[in-house]
This record gives sequence, structure tokens and C-alpha cells, in this order.
Amino acid sequence: MTVATAAQAGFVSCEACGLLSRPAGKSELGHCPRCGTELAWRRRQSIQRTWALVIAAAICYIPANVLPVLSTTALGSTDSDTIMGGVVFLYTSGSWPLALAVLVASVMIPLGKLMALTYLLITVQRGVPGSDRDRTRLYRLVEVIGRWSMLDVFVDTFTVALVQLQPLMSVKPGPGVVFFAAVVVLTMLAAMSFDPRLIWDAGSTREGNHG
Amino acid sequence: MNDPQRRGETVACPHCDLLQGIPPLPPGATARCARCASTIATRSTDPIGRPLAFTFAALFAFIVANTEPLMGLSAAGRHASTTIVNGAYEMWMQGQQITALIIAFCAVIAPGGYIVALLTVLLAVRRPPAPRWVGELLRWAAFMQPWSMVEVMILGILIALIKIAELALVEPGIGMYAVAVLVVLLTAIGITFDADEVWRRIEWVDPQPSGVGVARATTGPEARA
Repeated sequence: MTVATAAQAGFVSCEACGLLSRPAGKSELGHCPRCGTELAWRRRQSIQRTWALVIAAAICYIPANVLPVLSTTALGSTDSDTIMGGVVFLYTSGSWPLALAVLVASVMIPLGKLMALTYLLITVQRGVPGSDRDRTRLYRLVEVIGRWSMLDVFVDTFTVALVQLQPLMSVKPGPGVVFFAAVVVLTMLAAMSFDPRLIWDAGSTREGNHG
Repeated sequence: MNDPQRRGETVACPHCDLLQGIPPLPPGATARCARCASTIATRSTDPIGRPLAFTFAALFAFIVANTEPLMGLSAAGRHASTTIVNGAYEMWMQGQQITALIIAFCAVIAPGGYIVALLTVLLAVRRPPAPRWVGELLRWAAFMQPWSMVEVMILGILIALIKIAELALVEPGIGMYAVAVLVVLLTAIGITFDADEVWRRIEWVDPQPSGVGVARATTGPEARA
């Protein structure tokens, strides 16, 4: 079976509207005739940009988990809570399904995303053989699930907004919140800048080398 | 049905770039890439009317969700309530300006922008060909969509509600129910909306007779004139 990609056949598909067209020139592909978006064979500097965003997100991940996200002042005493502290609070107060939801969304999803993107970047760069189909599936999972890690930022925001009963009790956001939100935004941008077609390009180069 | 353009249409898979023809699809069917199983085409029964109805309803739900309080709290004879915008405002006031902007974008600006842009696009493409600015607006809506996190927000509000319920008496407000309705409507839009069908109804930047176009040179129309 001969399989041809659009690029191999000399066609380029528009990232915005999906139209398949013949590029205007070899080096300058031109613009999509239907929607006017600038055409490109693959997303520009996909690997470099994705690496930069993944590394930035990994750096932010540390203060996001170490610094407190909320500090509660009640009857003169102040308590600070990190993300894990919030999970433990939910668990000990009896709502373990919610504790699990926050644990998955705030700790496991961001870490899983960083590991998945790093794995995809390394295997694409080094041309490591493996199931391209599974790797594409992994990419789709990262794309779909990524937004859910914003959960804890929303929890903190609405807790802060509602519990303002000075001087009785008040909740303030901690310095960890902004790092946490940054991790979510940076990993989402990283997933957007990674081009899954590179997974398959690496595979076809391998086949070409062997044959 | 009778859509000749639909037949024999060739596309490249957005996830693996494989060239393939899309077979005629029955209404409600989805075509998947032969190589990587990504969705490459969908066919809905009513590609314009249904998403239009859902988008109108979503606009209404969005307005209610943003004007009515999400929840109220009573403790020691005092009462407090919050709206979505108030959540972002409070974060700003407490020194978390960047977080406040991210929250405002993901909870209000992106979903609101997406709904308004999509509504305009769907109204404009009812009588094809729609002018080019409609395509610009559709691109803009597609940019907003991944940042619209209403469904994440409602789970966040529920968790906040349960956490606070340990400390004081809380009751959900009208805004909360509106957010729940909005989540359902946005999902319905996602299922019924077919971007390919909308693009087919929009005038080309560079009109060409064939189905497969030739890209416009980067030099642009100014240089050619």
C-alpha cells in the first residue's frame, strides 16, 4: 500500500480552514486562497517552541506546588494551604470524590502533560521507532485534557471572592496561584505549538532510510 | 443529500497529513483518518440551523450567568454573594493581577467572544456565499474556543461551595444554574457545529474555479497591482 501525505504529494493544507491547495512557490508557500492564512508545511519552529514552553512550565510547576495558594484568616489566626493541602482538606472533611478530582486535575494532569510532551519531543527529535498511532493518540489526550488543570485556580478564585467577612473570617490568594495558572497556560500553548504531523514525518524518514 | 462538492473531496488529515478522499457521509456520521484515527469530517443533519439555535440560547444563558450571583454565603448574621466577574475582580484587589486576567479571559472573555463570533458567523452563512470577513470571524472564534473553560469553572465553583459549606451556610444562586445550562449548550454547539460546512459557504479570498486551489503568492495583491 502506498500512502502519501499531502506534503509528499506537493500539497499543503491550511491550518485555519483545512483547504488543500498547491503552494505558490517552493520556499514561499503563499497564502490560503480560501481564507488568506499564511501557509506552512508544518507549524513554525514547532520543536523549539514546544521545548521552550515545556521547560518554562516545568520551572513554574515547582513554586506552584510549594507555595501556598490560599491563606485563611479566621478569628485572628491564619492558615496557609498549598495545592496538596487543599486536597488533604477535602479528603479529611469527608468529600473524597472531590479530593480525587482536585488531585487528578491539579497534580496528575499537569505532570502527565509535561511528561507526555517531553516524551513526544524526544521521540520525534531522535526518530525513536514506536507506534505513531499511539503517540498521536497521546497528543490528542494532552490537547483535550489540558484545560482541566485550571480547576484549582477557579476553586481558589471563588473561595476568595465569597469568603470576605472581615473581621470575622477572610481568605486571601497565595503566591502559588499565579504560578499554577502559568503552568496551565504554558502547557496549553506548548500543546498548541507541537505539530503532531512531525510524529509521522519521523516515521516516513525512517522507512526511507531502510529501503 | 445532494451536495456534489461533498463527494470525492480530498483532505489532508490535520494530525498526520495523510491524503485521503472523504466518502459520502450519511447525516450524523463521522469520518476518521485511515492512519491515525483522528476525526477528519463530520456530517450533521442540520449544520447551520441547529448550532444557530443552540448559540442563541447560549448567549442568553451567558448573559444571565454573568449578571446573576453564583452563590451566596451567610455567617453570623452577615451575607455575601459573588458573580463571575466579581471573582476575577477580588483576585485583582488581593494583589493577584495576572491570575485575575487569566480568570477573566477563560471564564468571561473567551466564552463570550466565542458565542458572539459564532452567532454572527452562523447568521451570515445562512445565505451563501458569505463575505470574507465572516471567515476572519470564524478563525477568531476557533482561537477563542480552547480558552473558554466554562465546564472547568462550574466544577471549580461546586468544589469551592463544598469547601466553604464547612465554614458557613452557602446557597447556590441563579447564576450557578445559568452556568450549568451554558455548559450543556456549549457542548451541544460543539457536537452540531461543522466548521467545514461553514467554510464552504464563505467567499474565497482568491476566487478559483477548481476545488483544489493554488495558493496566493506572498507578495500580495498590492505588489501585483
